[in-house]
Amino acid sequence: MEIIQVVGIGLIAALLVILVREQKPQFAFLITVFTGVFLFLLVIGKVGAVINVINELANRSGIPDVYLKTILKIIGIAYVAEFGAQMVRDAGQESIASKIEFAGKIFILVLAIPIINVIIETLLTLLPLGSS
Amino acid sequence: MEITAIFQIAGVGIIIAIMHTVLKQMGKEDIAHWITVLGFVIGIFMVIDVIAKLFQEIKSIFLFQ
Repeated sequence: MEIIQVVGIGLIAALLVILVREQKPQFAFLITVFTGVFLFLLVIGKVGAVINVINELANRSGIPDVYLKTILKIIGIAYVAEFGAQMVRDAGQESIASKIEFAGKIFILVLAIPIINVIIETLLTLLPLGSS
Repeated sequence: MEITAIFQIAGVGIIIAIMHTVLKQMGKEDIAHWITVLGFVIGIFMVIDVIAKLFQEIKSIFLFQ
């Protein structure tokens, strides 16, 4: 029942943030960041286990390694970008947060381009017009 | 890395706030501001450690290297 742990940590952190924010908002922000990272670290081990299973399945089914790696990288970028954007948004910098999200989208797009390329090439070989 | 670090950061914040108030009463506001900065740096060092750990973990799990 690790969820009880997570909820407890969240409640305590929220309490402390309210307590400190009146006097020193900087420390409230630090507590927020620390709690976010801590909860993330608590969960990310499980994500690793799941990804190992997916990796094994992909190896067995003979999907090219590149696709799975790309997808995992995209998931990682999404996690990190979301995390950073939320932290910055908590600090009250909405514009920087949206820039972080934008950069994350761009990087994901760059990673996805080889896959899109493969899809389009497959489509062109399927079309009768493309072969002529 | 322990959960107690949250309490540590909050404790540093409260102590700094108290010191700030006392120093303000004594009329030494410049020292009070420096103490605030010092406490913030101490807190940042605690947080930076955890963030580095997080990024390392993400790198190793999502095959970034």
